[in-house]
Amino acid sequence: MVMLRTFPSREALSRPKQRTADLLVFLGAAALLWLLVKLSHGLTAPFDEATAPARVSTDPAELPYYAARSLLRMFAALGLSIVFTFVYATAAARLRRTEKVLLPALDVLQSVPILGFLSVTITGFIALFPGSQLGLECASIFAIFTSQAWNMTFAFYQSLVSQPRELDEASRLLRLSKWQRFWRVDVPSGMIPLVWNGMMSFGGGWFFLVASEALSVNNHNYVLPGIGAYVATATADADLGKVLLAVGVMIIMVVGVNALFWRPLTAWAERFRVEESEAAEAPRSLTLDLLRRSRVPQLLGRVFGRLVAPLDRIMGVFGLAEHPLRTDPLRRRAGDITFAVIVLAGIACGLTQMIVFIADTTGFGEVGHALLLGLVTFGRVIALVVVATLVWVPIGVWIGLNPKVSRLAQPVVQVLASFPANFLFPLITGVLVATGISLDWGGILLMALGAQWYILFNVIAGASAIPNDLREAAANLRLPRKLWWRRLVLPAIFPSYVTGGITAAGGAWNASIVAEIVSYGTVTLTATGLGAYIKDATTAGDGGRILIGVAVMSLYVVGLNRLFWRRLHTLAERRFTL
Amino acid sequence: MPALITVDQVSKSFTGAAGDELRVLDNITLDLREGEIVALLGRSGSGKSTLLRTIAGLIAPTSGTVRYRGTELGGANPGAAMVFQTFALMPWLTVQDNVELGLAARGVPTAERRERALAAIDLIGLDGFESAYPKELSGGMRQRVGFARALVLEPDLLLMDEPFSALDVLTAENLRNELMSLWTGSKFPTRSICVVTHNIEEAVLLADRVLVLGANPGHLRAEITVDLDRPRDRKSPAFAALVDHLYDLLTGRETDAAEPEPADATPTARPLPPASVGGLAGLVEIVHARGGRADLPDLAAELNFEVDDLLPLVDAAALLDFLLVTGGDLHLTPTGEAFTTADIQRSKEIFAGQARDRAPLVRTIRRALEAGAHGTLRAGFFRDLLRRGFSATDARQQLDTAIDWGRYAELFDYDTNTDRITLDTTSVHT
Repeated sequence: MVMLRTFPSREALSRPKQRTADLLVFLGAAALLWLLVKLSHGLTAPFDEATAPARVSTDPAELPYYAARSLLRMFAALGLSIVFTFVYATAAARLRRTEKVLLPALDVLQSVPILGFLSVTITGFIALFPGSQLGLECASIFAIFTSQAWNMTFAFYQSLVSQPRELDEASRLLRLSKWQRFWRVDVPSGMIPLVWNGMMSFGGGWFFLVASEALSVNNHNYVLPGIGAYVATATADADLGKVLLAVGVMIIMVVGVNALFWRPLTAWAERFRVEESEAAEAPRSLTLDLLRRSRVPQLLGRVFGRLVAPLDRIMGVFGLAEHPLRTDPLRRRAGDITFAVIVLAGIACGLTQMIVFIADTTGFGEVGHALLLGLVTFGRVIALVVVATLVWVPIGVWIGLNPKVSRLAQPVVQVLASFPANFLFPLITGVLVATGISLDWGGILLMALGAQWYILFNVIAGASAIPNDLREAAANLRLPRKLWWRRLVLPAIFPSYVTGGITAAGGAWNASIVAEIVSYGTVTLTATGLGAYIKDATTAGDGGRILIGVAVMSLYVVGLNRLFWRRLHTLAERRFTL
Repeated sequence: MPALITVDQVSKSFTGAAGDELRVLDNITLDLREGEIVALLGRSGSGKSTLLRTIAGLIAPTSGTVRYRGTELGGANPGAAMVFQTFALMPWLTVQDNVELGLAARGVPTAERRERALAAIDLIGLDGFESAYPKELSGGMRQRVGFARALVLEPDLLLMDEPFSALDVLTAENLRNELMSLWTGSKFPTRSICVVTHNIEEAVLLADRVLVLGANPGHLRAEITVDLDRPRDRKSPAFAALVDHLYDLLTGRETDAAEPEPADATPTARPLPPASVGGLAGLVEIVHARGGRADLPDLAAELNFEVDDLLPLVDAAALLDFLLVTGGDLHLTPTGEAFTTADIQRSKEIFAGQARDRAPLVRTIRRALEAGAHGTLRAGFFRDLLRRGFSATDARQQLDTAIDWGRYAELFDYDTNTDRITLDTTSVHT
């Protein structure tokens, strides 16, 4: 790519094009800057908890502004997630003692239903920025952040601990400083998982953006100017046309971010691929081609390149990326024990406080009640996974085995998966209200709206990865339909299906919090379930019940992962990996 | 010549998962002096890479000391640079940036860095490739980047961990020769080289001294001084004699170590060589085709086999008494002849008989199964037993080999789903 440009003839030929590229890149950057300045103005708008309106204007002319504000929130959360990922994952991978605490913590955090905590965080953030909308803004960003960060952290941690041993040895022998090691070795080697997980998590983040822009928490309704609030208001007005309009804008936004941000990023990240695992089809991006053709990035590189050496020197104070060969075993032991005692004491202290809190407020009878409600929601999750499997596995296999179809379908499915399902809730709710179907059953559909796509696109990926040799062998053996499914397709897609199933089930649990109580116009439908329980407690600001609800749901999710999904995963790894 | 590196009574043990100690290096003492190339030659499991890494200061010895110019190492050796078997280049940096990385770490100013990197790139024959990324280069070119990255630091000591074994034969030969002509010239920036290899000819070609390491645990077996003029001629009788001698050392039994006869050894005292039945049968066949006698170095050269690939087969054939190894030569035994000339069923029976009598682990498993009431046992049981004498990976490999042999011999069978080993009841030999 870059190397080709050393030929003079090429250079001459591509001149005019290059100038256009420069201009386009420059204009794009300028527009982006203006947008940022304009949007950041709104962030610190005055806000008074008592008089703040519970709705935003539904004037369609405001929609672009709302969409941009929402987008800003998404990117702020992404930035925060990246910083968190770098710090947390590095601490977990490089510090022997903290790993023992940070990893299990991450495992649990991944399974905690984030929406349940909004009431706690919102109160905290409003108190932090009194009289300004910034508090509300932060609470929303925090909610999105919590939906993105764990996945990315886990991916980066994995790449750090599975770094090739030789790279580690080479960096130590070259005497890189900790700073240099991080930026020249650790971040580049983790770039591909980081970017891909960032993209997936960003897709999941839309859901929480929509959920966190219009909230009823602690008997109070909060709205933030944004596309989620727009839909919430339009739904309250039972204005279907405006809901549809917002859905259109949302689709444009999801597709646009994909095309202008993630696609170029994934294509760019290909350079960080270690050659052993060459991608079959490297992602390409027009935007990236445009950027590469322009001289702007090079110029920027030259300007910022000058900062590298001084930064290296300053950050050298953190020392070499080296650990001493010998440690005193006694001191090490003593350190371990002190650390363990402090951690255990912290956990014990937290647990007692929680128990005292529950005993003082709601009492333990609630736990049993919540567990029962959990069973109902669990039933919905099972129904969802079973039905989605029956529907999407055959379709996914068909798409995956037809290269032409899958080339068309793959991006569509990816957009569907990242499209916030709660955006479509008003439409379905409208139908439910009109037909009088109970939300106890309709809730399954609402939960499935977001979760099912994970099964579909993982099955597609699995099916398209079936080696051609095996398919030809099956054709050659004239396997009848039934045998073909049982002996070839199902075993081959099993590992991908398990991945999809875990994600779908996890997403469904989280979605139950917004799917088990929905309203359209003046009608509010409520289903029996743990999600409704948490939502109810959040609206009322009942700390004890929020705590119980969230804890019970986490218990269900973690328990199921351990007892069911993880076993399937091990089986898949052992027997069905191609 | 003064010693650059002093390795004094170094032992290294790794702690297994069960808390058991596994000794990898045992009481090793050696010096690396200025102006010499030393080869550490040994088979897999002799701890040669571990020894190199203690010299590099990447891992700490369990006991004993490693000194660089008299100072005990407390971290990565400041006077050493390393060239890796897998190159270990940063795939996201260009050739130039890869070579500059070590200089950047030392805070060398940008202009000087560039100049020195270009000089090193020039020296190693990489000019024109400065802006290429490693994945655009062939294996040989990549390893040149590895050399440039090490040499640009002008270290006292250049450490090489099987630097040519990932390259094809011709490329490896070419790079070895260029390295040697640089070394004999005046421009070579390091004072000493220490190279780990399992390739006997490579050791004789490169080194002034060859240190032969024995396995289980790794220990120094012999020190051979190579007094040949450079460039060395592979065809010369002196060269061939040295190669033969080294083959003899590597395949022969150690005179001082008491290695029990296969027939009454325990599975940990006589580990199974990691050889497949097909591989060892093929080797026996070749020896038979050559009239019952073959010269090991010739065979290795002809089959284009690395010693690490060939020797396990030789060991397995010797363990089962199909071949006899003396002085770098292979001789077919009567059993071996019967094994290779019989029809499939008969040769399976011969194999079964030999494996049951002479392969300690196979024998142990078979006896345990026969002694049990149901003729079936968890594979984990044997794995746990093996963990007393092997690392987790080695224990698994031992069991895998035993299962492979046992299945072929129809002595016992293994079920992956239940992880159980079962007596093969269909077997004809009881």
